[in-house]
Amino acid sequence: MSADPVNTRDRPTLRRLAAVPAGCRGLTEPLIEWLIRICGWSAILFVAAIFFFVLREAAPMLFGKLDLVEFFTSTDWQPTSEVRQRYGILALLVGTLHVSLLAMAIAVPLGLGAAVYISEFSRGRTRETLKITIELLAAIPSIVWGFIAYMVLGPLIIRVTGAPVGVNLFNGSVVLALMSVPIIVSVGEDALKAVPDAYREAALAMGASRWEVIVRVLFPAAKNGLLAAVLLGIGRAIGETMAVLMATGHAVLIPRSLFDPVRTLTATIASELGEAVKGGDHYRVLFVIGLVLFAVTFVVNFVADVVVKGVGSERRA
Amino acid sequence: MTTGPDLARGVDRFTIQTRDLNLWYGDFQALKEVTVRIKPRMITSLIGPSGCGKTTLLRCFNRINERYENVTTTGEIRIFGRNIYDTGVSLSELRKSVGMVFQRPNPLPISIYDNVLFGVRLHMPRMTFSRGQKQELVETALRDVQLWDDVKDQLRRKATLLTLEQQQKLCLARLLPLKPRIILMDEPCSALDAEGIEHIEELVDQLRAKYTIIMVTHNMGQARRISQECIFMFLGRIVEHGPTLEVFLTPRHKDTEMYVTGRYG
Ligand SMILES: Nc1ncnc2c1ncn2[C@@H]1O[C@H](COP(=O)(O)OP(=O)(O)O)[C@@H](O)[C@H]1O
Ligand SMILES: [Mg+2]
Repeated sequence: MSADPVNTRDRPTLRRLAAVPAGCRGLTEPLIEWLIRICGWSAILFVAAIFFFVLREAAPMLFGKLDLVEFFTSTDWQPTSEVRQRYGILALLVGTLHVSLLAMAIAVPLGLGAAVYISEFSRGRTRETLKITIELLAAIPSIVWGFIAYMVLGPLIIRVTGAPVGVNLFNGSVVLALMSVPIIVSVGEDALKAVPDAYREAALAMGASRWEVIVRVLFPAAKNGLLAAVLLGIGRAIGETMAVLMATGHAVLIPRSLFDPVRTLTATIASELGEAVKGGDHYRVLFVIGLVLFAVTFVVNFVADVVVKGVGSERRA
Repeated sequence: MTTGPDLARGVDRFTIQTRDLNLWYGDFQALKEVTVRIKPRMITSLIGPSGCGKTTLLRCFNRINERYENVTTTGEIRIFGRNIYDTGVSLSELRKSVGMVFQRPNPLPISIYDNVLFGVRLHMPRMTFSRGQKQELVETALRDVQLWDDVKDQLRRKATLLTLEQQQKLCLARLLPLKPRIILMDEPCSALDAEGIEHIEELVDQLRAKYTIIMVTHNMGQARRISQECIFMFLGRIVEHGPTLEVFLTPRHKDTEMYVTGRYG
């Protein structure tokens, strides 16, 4: 016990605290409590504040001139037309959906596969190297990914597939996938590592192969964490702006093939907000799009929450 | 491990035979020239001071030691006459016939029902059993470990929510549908209270008619109560092996005597 430096150092402090006059302590404790409470509430406060800011900017258009049916069902996005501005975001919505889904179709198997490999198969040096590399991948700024998409992946796609433009749905999805993979890998690996070794041993001792252990034991046991990994990946894909802006070709149309250029909601806001007249219709519509994005992320998170809770319910296995 | 040509010899006399078994964890030698023969349909207890290699020896018999990368083994282990280190031996088949119960109950975090069927699902093709047959397998296995009455209304409940005693019984029950020939137990009672210990002991005693059981225990009373043969290990070697009463009453070695009379930890 005497070798425990933490304890010996702490004890006098505690005594000193206890020796503070009652009146003074009566002030300190509520103060600290309040500080902590404010920290907690401020998170909610910030989200609410951002939401209201966006709502305020969007409101005149949202509750006024904007024809919501046209807004959601038309593919006609002509916010700067001299004659008649049209605000149809269907193509943008579909673009976002396509890019995100395709990105996930690439990133989820890749990410989970890598997580399984790192957690279950790699050892020692290989494992460390892989983990560091993947962390490095997560640290690459969005704009650099856009650059890679534009300068490297684009020309490569043209060369290989003969597509007329290299920046398109496929390019954007690949880049988004690569950006989501690090999150999926690191969260997924944590989830797998958290599964007690006793479970692996139990299954192995009954004659399971390593593969069977992964599929029949680890995946069910880590499903919440793995789901969280995937959802965080999706969040990253939907929310990403700069890279998709540079990688997708920026054409407002519903893609007919993998190699058609598309445009996403985020990229639209990022590229047009700077030019829109502040307080004008175009400006406000961009904020309405912001609300749509808000709603989408909210729904994803909500579904995630329900799924995770439902799947992880204690009563049924 | 089904019957092969060389299984006929000496099958009835010994279930497990090792010869000059050595095992190293890296540079550290945990088993030294272990030569032992274990008889069928009885309980052999494995005793000895902590760290003497009991767990290690037990974990050789289903080759589960090999999941650690730094393990080296030399020598021979024959189970039903066949060397389990032969290249032709399937690990999966070996572990199907040599079941293991661990020190900490480790049911899988799935339902009780699925726990019991876990092994069956590993080893049999998907449609081997009908729903009714599966239900029957589960019931039989749970009855065999006297768990059926406790859990028959909650088969879909997560197994990790059971009490430790129930969990350990379940860990035993899930081996039975695979029809193992040998059951290895590593201090199966060490996480249980007195009542749990008594129940598990009763259970193991009933199972001995059908299976070859090897049980590691640090509880000498337990070894005396339930085992017919007893092996005393010390510093990685087998010091003494014989009928339990002989080992306890007339030990041939000084170390054994010191240990069974409680003069080692
Ligand atoms: N995975 C391992 N790596 C290195 N050394 C180990 C490992 N497992 C056990 N040992 C060592 O081997 C010796 C025997 O251990 P063990 O078989 O667990 O003993 P027992 O079960 O009799 O207490 C001990 O000295 C222990 O420290
Ligand atoms: Mg042990």
